[in-house]
Amino acid sequence: MARSFLSIERLTQQFPDGAGGTMTVFENATFGVEKGEFVCILGHSGCGKSTIMNILAGLAEPTSGVVKMDGEHVSGPSLDRGVVFQNYSLLPWLTALKNVTFAVAARFPKWTKQQVIEHSTAFLEKVGLTGDAIHRKPSQLSGGMRQRVSIARAFANEPKLLLLDEPFGALDALTRGTIQDELINVWSQTEQTVFMITHDIDEAILLADRILLMTNGPLARVAESVEITIPRPRNRTEIVEHPNYYAIRNHLVQFLGQRSKELSGMSSDDIDQRPQSVHIDKTADLDIQADAMHENPRLRAISE
Amino acid sequence: MLRSFDVRSALLSLAILASILAVWQITTHVPDTGPVSVVLSQDQMGRLLDKNMSSEDIEFYTSQGVAFLQLEQIASLNLSREIIDAAGGIRALGISVPDENSAPAPGSLFPSPAKIGIELWATVTDPFYVAGTNDMGYGIQIGYSLLRVVIGYTLAALVAIPLGFLIGMSPLAYKALDPFIQVLKPISPLAWMPIALFTIGDSELSSLFVIFVCSLWPMLTNTAFGVASVRSDWVNVARTHELSTWRTALTVILPAAAPTIVTGMRISIGIAWLVIVAAEMLVGGTGIGYVVWNEWNGLRLDRMIVAILFIGVMGMLLDTAFARLQRAVAYVE
Repeated sequence: MARSFLSIERLTQQFPDGAGGTMTVFENATFGVEKGEFVCILGHSGCGKSTIMNILAGLAEPTSGVVKMDGEHVSGPSLDRGVVFQNYSLLPWLTALKNVTFAVAARFPKWTKQQVIEHSTAFLEKVGLTGDAIHRKPSQLSGGMRQRVSIARAFANEPKLLLLDEPFGALDALTRGTIQDELINVWSQTEQTVFMITHDIDEAILLADRILLMTNGPLARVAESVEITIPRPRNRTEIVEHPNYYAIRNHLVQFLGQRSKELSGMSSDDIDQRPQSVHIDKTADLDIQADAMHENPRLRAISE
Repeated sequence: MLRSFDVRSALLSLAILASILAVWQITTHVPDTGPVSVVLSQDQMGRLLDKNMSSEDIEFYTSQGVAFLQLEQIASLNLSREIIDAAGGIRALGISVPDENSAPAPGSLFPSPAKIGIELWATVTDPFYVAGTNDMGYGIQIGYSLLRVVIGYTLAALVAIPLGFLIGMSPLAYKALDPFIQVLKPISPLAWMPIALFTIGDSELSSLFVIFVCSLWPMLTNTAFGVASVRSDWVNVARTHELSTWRTALTVILPAAAPTIVTGMRISIGIAWLVIVAAEMLVGGTGIGYVVWNEWNGLRLDRMIVAILFIGVMGMLLDTAFARLQRAVAYVE
């Protein structure tokens, strides 16, 4: 099997449990992300999503296992991996624009000041921030606008991998919807590889090419990799009409509601814990049903 | 609304000041009644007239508060008043007016606001005169004090802020240096004075050292605390953007910790200004602290109070400057 663009190999994270022993968050987690792919990871709190994210960002070291990107070991933070944090992490003493130029200047040290500013304003524009707003400090911006700045900062750096840690977690539903659209818009223009943590099933279906499902911790694992078989461009009002939408959604709800608990707490027995691929496609069934309506019993028999 | 609030508070301040000054003025102002005139008995009068003292002279001297005993001495000299005056008056002849007759009434020793006001005006209109080592304008004296504070304080900042950065960024340094800081910090700056005088010898350098030592701790602990409590998110932003340690310190940690650092600087400048007055009282020579001590020794309470007023105003100006700086580096999260 060809190695993925981003490959996570036998990743294990243990923390001291406070009573002299160790608590294993996850063990031998193994999965990959392809170039240009948008992958969401879903799971309950405490299953280690954020730990995986921090390891990918290089902000934390795993107990064992490796992360490789483009065939190279990931160790320590790098400009190749941009991060959007849940709490925006904008520098409050800088204006929105300067928060972006600060990052762009770090990424492209040889650029002139003018180039940096033009590049930064262009990306702020992509997330709908123009005019006076970009000269305001984060404290003078709404939560939604702050997260837009944070997203613009990450995309403007054109990292090889973009990590989003529950970027919409602190936003109200309406703002969340708008910024999700803007995120998709920027993403489709840049063809970035995105790895995103979320709690929101609908958000994951709308945005992702593939959803990784995690069981509950401790000893959590990435149990399934669900392909989102809904073609792009997706629109939040239209995707619910798609025959695969509810099938996928039900599968995810089932998993998070029940199976994430049932599958949890199993030791890996020193085997790579690869997620099981799940492909849900009802469009084929529909074709068959349509054929059936055309009274073609043989085809139906074959499919059974 | 805000304007009217400012106006009202200013009016209230003025009213408080006016009432304090009024009470002060009433309690300390004793009209200058001059010497208490002495009343002679018929018998005493007769004896003086017997000694050829003219009745005009007797009247003049008694109105100056000269008592009978001294009048007898003057009379026995058998000199006319013109001659005595030409010789420099009766005091020059060793004959003095009894204290209880010549001293101003008790209570007026403490200067009234009016008296201080006159002295203040004289000082403000001519702050930079030099009439001798012990008689210089308060502007010059404040200048000396300020110079000492600026030098000692700047040296302290140059040590405390980088060291505070190191302590704040390294938990190891924090833990290792903390016991020293905790023991040295509560020592009164003046307690360092004997050590400084003994080891350094020079009194001028000793007062600089005392300013240095007392300014050091608030800046050091505040810088360390400010740097150590920079939000990890912001440090992570710096890390994910691959900023060097140097750039992280300058572009992320410094602005993030600046409000705490400047608060420490503001506390330090306040302490330095408190301490310089005390140090100059001990060391002497120049400076506004020395002025206070000098005027006290000369019992010029009016001038001493003017000097104290200058200390207060200067301290306020220093504090205001740092309050401005504080506002300039503040940010809202």
